[in-house]
Amino acid sequence: MADGKRNSHILNIKFTKLFINGDFVDSISGKTFETIDPSTEEVIAKIAEGDKEDVDLAVKAARQAFDHGSWPRIPGCERGKIMNKFADLIDENLEELAALESIDAGKVFSFEINVDIPAISKDIRYFAGAADKIHGKTLKLSSEFQGYTLSEPVGVVGLITPWNFPSAMFVLKCAPALAAGCTMIVKPAEQAPLSALYLAHLAKQAGIPDGVLNVVTGFGHTAGSAIASHMDIDCVSLTGSTKVGRLVMQAASTSNLKTVSLELGGKSPLLIFDDADVDQAADLALLGSLANKGEICVCTSRVFVQEGIYDKLVEKLVDKAKTWIVGDPFDPSTRQGPQVDKKQYEQVLSYIDQGKKEGASLLFGGKPCGGKGYYIEPTIFENVTDDMVIAKEEIFGPVMCLMKFKTIEEAIGRANATAYGLAAGIVTNDLNIANKVSRSIRAGMIWINCYHYFDPGCPFGGYKMSGFGKDHGMESIEMYLRTKSVVTPIYNSPWL
Amino acid sequence: MAARRLSGVISRSLSLRPLSSSSIVSRGNRTKLGSEVQRFSTSAALEEPIIPSVRISETQLLINGKFVDSASGKTFPALDPRTGEVIANVAEGDAEDINRAVSAARKAFDEGPWPRMTAYERSRILLRFADLVDKHNDDLAALETWDNGKPYEQSAETEVPMFARLFRYYAGWADKIHGLTVPADGPYHVQTLHEPIGVVGQIIPWNFPLLMFAWKVGPALATGNTIVLKSAEQTPLTALYAAKLLHEAGLPPGVLNVVSGYGPTAGAALASHMDVDKVAFTGSTDTGKIVQELAAKSNLKPVTLELGGKSPFIVCEDADVDKAVELAHFALFFNQGQCCCAGSRTFVHERVYDEFLEKAKARAQKRTVGDPFQKGIEQGPQIDSEQYEKILRYIKSGVESEATLECGGDKVGSKGYYIQPTVFSNVKDDMLIAQEEIFGPVQTILKFNEVSDVIKRANATRYGLAAGVFTQNIDTANTLTRALRAGTIWVNCFDVFDAAIPFGGYKMSGIGREKGVYSLSNYLQVKAVVTALKNPAWL
Repeated sequence: MADGKRNSHILNIKFTKLFINGDFVDSISGKTFETIDPSTEEVIAKIAEGDKEDVDLAVKAARQAFDHGSWPRIPGCERGKIMNKFADLIDENLEELAALESIDAGKVFSFEINVDIPAISKDIRYFAGAADKIHGKTLKLSSEFQGYTLSEPVGVVGLITPWNFPSAMFVLKCAPALAAGCTMIVKPAEQAPLSALYLAHLAKQAGIPDGVLNVVTGFGHTAGSAIASHMDIDCVSLTGSTKVGRLVMQAASTSNLKTVSLELGGKSPLLIFDDADVDQAADLALLGSLANKGEICVCTSRVFVQEGIYDKLVEKLVDKAKTWIVGDPFDPSTRQGPQVDKKQYEQVLSYIDQGKKEGASLLFGGKPCGGKGYYIEPTIFENVTDDMVIAKEEIFGPVMCLMKFKTIEEAIGRANATAYGLAAGIVTNDLNIANKVSRSIRAGMIWINCYHYFDPGCPFGGYKMSGFGKDHGMESIEMYLRTKSVVTPIYNSPWL
Repeated sequence: MAARRLSGVISRSLSLRPLSSSSIVSRGNRTKLGSEVQRFSTSAALEEPIIPSVRISETQLLINGKFVDSASGKTFPALDPRTGEVIANVAEGDAEDINRAVSAARKAFDEGPWPRMTAYERSRILLRFADLVDKHNDDLAALETWDNGKPYEQSAETEVPMFARLFRYYAGWADKIHGLTVPADGPYHVQTLHEPIGVVGQIIPWNFPLLMFAWKVGPALATGNTIVLKSAEQTPLTALYAAKLLHEAGLPPGVLNVVSGYGPTAGAALASHMDVDKVAFTGSTDTGKIVQELAAKSNLKPVTLELGGKSPFIVCEDADVDKAVELAHFALFFNQGQCCCAGSRTFVHERVYDEFLEKAKARAQKRTVGDPFQKGIEQGPQIDSEQYEKILRYIKSGVESEATLECGGDKVGSKGYYIQPTVFSNVKDDMLIAQEEIFGPVQTILKFNEVSDVIKRANATRYGLAAGVFTQNIDTANTLTRALRAGTIWVNCFDVFDAAIPFGGYKMSGIGREKGVYSLSNYLQVKAVVTALKNPAWL
């Protein structure tokens, strides 16, 4: 049945072209690239390959839609209504979207259909409700002037999204930008472009005017770079690696100084304290490290365990890891699908080799699995030291590094000894530990006795080299707004 | 947009006048809406009223998700203001019914799913409700007009869509009610939790039955409260219909209870109930005082009041006179003059006074009065005989105090509560018609010469609900905007009522703000949570 579902969807890829100004069009060069099913290594579809000229066209459409179109000019409640319709259409097409994610990115179908895709319509509804709640301030000025601020949409925005949560990241960027009244060009990752095109089609059906939401599929160094360095894009937002983040920021600064928002890599610590519930701690460590095959920027790639609970925890971890079934994303019992592509697969395996060479002990897994497709066993290393490469670099695969610690202060110091600061987890029942560690960790998201909890109302974004700017929450709309202060003298005011 | 009385002493006896038919009007031989279009001028005789194409199905109290009779078994008549005839007999709630409703609301709050479900789920229910309202737009509008007498086009094209709009607005707030984390002077972690206040009592007026329902129920539901709503005895029908739709949309039983009935009985029971955590009232200033007193004497429940007004509409010498005339006309005559924020003192600068007066009079004479179900009708009947008689008394007082009656001044037809659009000029500040709220189609025009003078005169009232300012000069606009003691200032516009714009009064026009982000605080408790910190990394 799983195969049947897979096949029925593979035969039915509806959208493979660039989406510019409300139409699906070939790239100007006529070039295409292949998108591969990581479960089978087979080609799913050929996708139009956008480049600089296509980005130019998309920007032109977005500019026209911003400068002369209705989107920034209709009331927020009207934008909200259209966005709610968009969310309803996503709900109606839940299964198809979920299948696209599973085929294109190797994501577990049951997770997509039950969690990931419902979360995107929820996100859109959140921002639909926010569209008429963008307030400026009236100002208290220090002499006889009155002033107020206007929160104006920034203009044309470029949104570059990653392949690990293609739909979720698409919505995470687009929804606040749409609510703000911006127009946009989205470049989805070349590894998983299908759902973005499908969503663009639904957006049009919902009534988002032509030119407001454009999707240019293609590669980072061509299409992505054209967005980051475009002279007529007012803001660029990227979710991706720290390396690419640096390039985007450079391109922004050497072009038109567009504002930049970056959500980048991480090496997020999970700190498990002696008083923690072992079962819960083991579940959270596995969820944190293995969910979405470890392809999550916030994954708990460093698991610090206090020495008193260490042995019990290791035992639990191994027991539970055995139940973590790797296999076809469409199989309902599967918890982990294949890595997204060959390159990632090989990189993860090379990190595993590196770990072994550096002297970490392989406690579980460590090998590829399945004859075909990019499957890797859930892998747990122990005796990892802070200076090892696997403890420092982002592996982006199902690899957990266990490290032992003695005191809170030590744990905090080691957890913070990283270039990243995206997220952290704390497992403890002790209120003082929870509060102390929460304030001490230099990271943008702290989960206490939970992990991977995202919510449209909860701002998310990094400290340090994990980036800046926030996705989610009312803060994320700020990114797509500019504040204009309006000041005028007043006479004979009865109060100041 | 407030209205009158929680139901004064008089209204009750007046409402119980002899009835000409017993119950629901037969649906036979009804004229289809909008057909046989005729325009009525103010002098035209009113013909047989058009029979609306809506069936009245809900007339009982809504308690704990079920429509039930009142404990006493009593009913009261809902009257058609076009004729004074009965359109339905509605269950009459009293203290005992309020007790039942409060106990259902308490249970729904303490044990039910509503405050415990996610804000997202609450918002989905409110959004589904808004969709249902869209679907039943015309039925709701017909019921509103039948019960209230306001033009059907106004109900169908503006008010019911605005009703849905308000619920979508509040749906969007449900998941955005954020508290703060608060800086502390020492090693403490401080956060504020915004919690629903509990069981909320809401008393709404008859002038905008549906919109007032939305202003009250929308924010209370978005914030997770449970409600006992008392509708105005003049207009009980649409609240019941809307509440039924809310339940269809998934509202759990007990979350919204609707008790129809009178002010001195049901309203007073709600305001003085020991287990109601909050009361919100829209109505007259006199009744507002009683509500606040009852709250003080019972359990000190916090009170939101949206009361009367005598709002100035100021036309400066540099104003666009044609636009000012039209909007001044609208500001006063809209909704048969039954708006709490009606621009009921029209101050006109002496340089433009004569031109303004001539045009204002001409505009009033052109106003079409007639069966509100007729297309193109601008003005229907007043709500009931009590209001009707009161307005006619004010007109008489205006004449006696030697204001100049420019036009109107009398009733229209022999049936129903129709009054001619009436304009007084040469009105002086000390005349009764310049001081008291008339709540009818009576425009009073006053002359002024200095901005500083009109500020004083405009503020010389116990009310402070709204004001209109007409000028092209930025400094005059800014000066007036800040100097007028009123909760809403409309500059070169009037009666703009977006969901996000807060509305409420200064002085004796009330306490608190409705709509906008400000409305949420009426229905939230703020809890500060302070936790001692051990060696925090920063403070």
